[in-house]
Amino acid sequence: MSLDAKGTAALALHRFGFGPRAGSIAAIASDPRGALLAELDKPGIGQIVNAELMTAAQSSTAAFNFRQERQARLIAQKQAADERAMAGESMENMEAKPDAPVPAAEAIPQQIFFREAKARLDAAIAPEIGFVERLIWFWSNHFCISADVTQSMAGGYEREAIRPNVLGRFSEMLLASAGHPAMLFYLDNSRSIGPRSVAGLVNTRGLNENLAREILELHTLGVRSVYTQEDVTSFAKVLTGWTIIPAATNPEHGGEFVFNPRMHEPGPQTVVGKVYAQADAAQGRAVLADIARHPATAAHAARKLARHFAADEPPPALVERLTRCFLDTDGDLKEIAKALIDAPETWSIERVKLKRPSEWLISAWRGIGVMPPAQPALQAMGYLGERMWRPSAPQGFADVQAAWIDGLAQRLDIANRIAGLVQERIEPDAFVETALGPLASDETRKTIERADSRQQALTLAMMSPEFQRR
Amino acid sequence: MTIHASTRRELLAGAGVLFAWPFVPKLARAEGRDPRMLTIVLRGALDGLAAVAPVGDPDWVKLRGDKALVLDGKTPALPLDSFFALNPAMPNLLRLYKEGQAAIVHASATPYRERSHFDGQDVLESGLPNPGRADSGWLNRALGGLEPEARVRRDGRAFAVGPVTPLVVRGPTPVMSWTPARIQPASEDTMARLIDLYHHTDTELARAIEGRMDLVTLARASDPAAMAPTEGQQLPQGFAAQVRAYFADAAGTAAKFLARADGPRIGALAFNGWDTHIDEGADSGRLATLLGALDGALAAVEKNMGEAWRETVVAVVTEFGRTARINGTNGTDHGTGTIALLAGGALKGGRVIADWPGLKNANLYEGRDLAATTDLRAVLKGLLKDHLRVTDQALAGNVFPGSADVKPMTGLV
Repeated sequence: MSLDAKGTAALALHRFGFGPRAGSIAAIASDPRGALLAELDKPGIGQIVNAELMTAAQSSTAAFNFRQERQARLIAQKQAADERAMAGESMENMEAKPDAPVPAAEAIPQQIFFREAKARLDAAIAPEIGFVERLIWFWSNHFCISADVTQSMAGGYEREAIRPNVLGRFSEMLLASAGHPAMLFYLDNSRSIGPRSVAGLVNTRGLNENLAREILELHTLGVRSVYTQEDVTSFAKVLTGWTIIPAATNPEHGGEFVFNPRMHEPGPQTVVGKVYAQADAAQGRAVLADIARHPATAAHAARKLARHFAADEPPPALVERLTRCFLDTDGDLKEIAKALIDAPETWSIERVKLKRPSEWLISAWRGIGVMPPAQPALQAMGYLGERMWRPSAPQGFADVQAAWIDGLAQRLDIANRIAGLVQERIEPDAFVETALGPLASDETRKTIERADSRQQALTLAMMSPEFQRR
Repeated sequence: MTIHASTRRELLAGAGVLFAWPFVPKLARAEGRDPRMLTIVLRGALDGLAAVAPVGDPDWVKLRGDKALVLDGKTPALPLDSFFALNPAMPNLLRLYKEGQAAIVHASATPYRERSHFDGQDVLESGLPNPGRADSGWLNRALGGLEPEARVRRDGRAFAVGPVTPLVVRGPTPVMSWTPARIQPASEDTMARLIDLYHHTDTELARAIEGRMDLVTLARASDPAAMAPTEGQQLPQGFAAQVRAYFADAAGTAAKFLARADGPRIGALAFNGWDTHIDEGADSGRLATLLGALDGALAAVEKNMGEAWRETVVAVVTEFGRTARINGTNGTDHGTGTIALLAGGALKGGRVIADWPGLKNANLYEGRDLAATTDLRAVLKGLLKDHLRVTDQALAGNVFPGSADVKPMTGLV
């Protein structure tokens, strides 16, 4: 189907952004490509300025202190109870003196998480297009950690490792991610010790190869590429000593990255055919700098980007174009984003890519013009299998239709729920014009017109193929 | 910093995935049988040596030191025979084993020999000899090779619980999706209108949503209470109790569907969380908790299957094993050989099936992993052939391509 200017604008908003808000289609219809490129140049784009949010290190320390204080309080209460029992007080007397209530288990870690999640949702809803936010969500999923393992640091990690580098260099993002306390904790490197390091020899503890493997397999070169088990083991040794300052003994800097030479495996290591003789953390930085620039990394990242923005099986010409751009620009992510916009393939391909649940939800809220409260928004994402910052494994959430399409019935339940809540606030016709405009087929329009209620009409609009795919 | 206990959610998230076809295999029916098969995928790579320990191997304790499960340990392992002993967290499996309703295939693995979870799961679930572009699973394709006797619906259809479908059940047979509804579902009228729209505009989406209609019908057909979501039910306190509750709930729900006369016959679900790089805790820690939850899940399947348990086989499989030695952080890294765990009333159990490779350094695969001496595909082919009557040609062709030289294991059922 050939699209007019408004149709192209609507396509751009869904494919590259988080979907149209009221007026978005008209606002960019004169030059959709130009509007996407202009978003990349907006000052401060992609950064969250929010005085409420702490650094990941501060957050993890606050969470640590909270848990410690709660535990201490419980111990103190038990001691007091034991003392009263020793003093021969009867059970009734003890029950008549309730202890100070222990605060609910929510509290600090959950509060931190909700503030971070809300900030992320706000950032996805606010911009006219949301191209940069989509890039952030993409890279955040590429370099994912899990809030199931480190709830307090999940938001800080994205704001510190991903956002500042989203239009910078891939090598910088890789370094920021690999050296971030959240990643070091998530993939166990904070406890990995060189077997011949001082700590290794004294404590008979040793290597954990989890982070080294996932960096090579998932973050950079890609599985079945150019590395071997020996490379994984050597790289794990290189990364020993990359750890976290314990909050228990350092209230000021607890939770921050530190290189601990006591834990670092001494000596040169060979990784992917090159010997690294540097001392200390410089060795790890050198390896990361090299693998960030490896052609296998460029091809891996390009393929994933093309899959995310274009199609589950992206056109080879697009992958090739992005790979070349990656290599030619030393992994300049802004140039790669521009290449994505400049490529004819990303515009000509059919709208067959099924939105992931979160993308679909955010585009629905943008189209309706409501800002959902964080808690039900997160619940909806969880119900659809894409819990925020909680992929079930380090490869992140799947980015192909086959993984998500069978959850369509659950989307219907959620659409029905949202429609029930907002039906007084928006006309179904207005939603269709805002969110789809020329993309809406005659069949979809007719189905919506014939609906027996506003709720049903809105539900069907959110579930229409044109709104599910991009 | 300590390990955060909140990995609970990680476990819960991946657990609720289930799948099946609502028709009875014709050949089996002709024999007067109505076989059921449930596949449980343990994602993250199960440490087979910590689940079923080779206590009779003289190198076992040397290899694992104080982390080795032994018969006279603080939590003694449960002897299965003169050589192998079961993790003490699995008393129910021991009972089934003694009743001849459980078997272990040790030192087994898929043909995959690298150590990526995601490629490993790909090979495990796709049934292909190599990782790569797989878009369907062996379980789905195996059913394609069967003549359906009595289809519940006009077309054969697969069945999944949870919003993300595992690869093992993706494929030409459509998949039904079911999640315990914690919210009010859309009305059948809305659903019907949507299906009508999809039929005119997007047949893929139509196929996906139609499964819901079928399931709604199936669940309402009888005993609706048994299929009802556990709304408002309080999660039990504590990590272990929550994992136990969730595993039992997911597996037990699968069994309820499979047990029904008009229900599906084949199902699959996946449990996450077996990637024990740190503080593995085979005897009393994290792994013991998970194995205990798995043990409870098997009990829930047995209970909810009722009479149909006699005709049931449960196959518990994982992408690969873990290092034979403990790593530097009291855990184990990615390895090779592991176990497959079989249970069910239809099984000829009560034995550990193993061509034991030994644990001396020279015996270990690449000097670090339990070597794999049994191809997991032989086990799965044996079950599919003798239990469900999938033909040899289908097994060696479409189901496990390139596996002609991997003979189906005989005598499992």
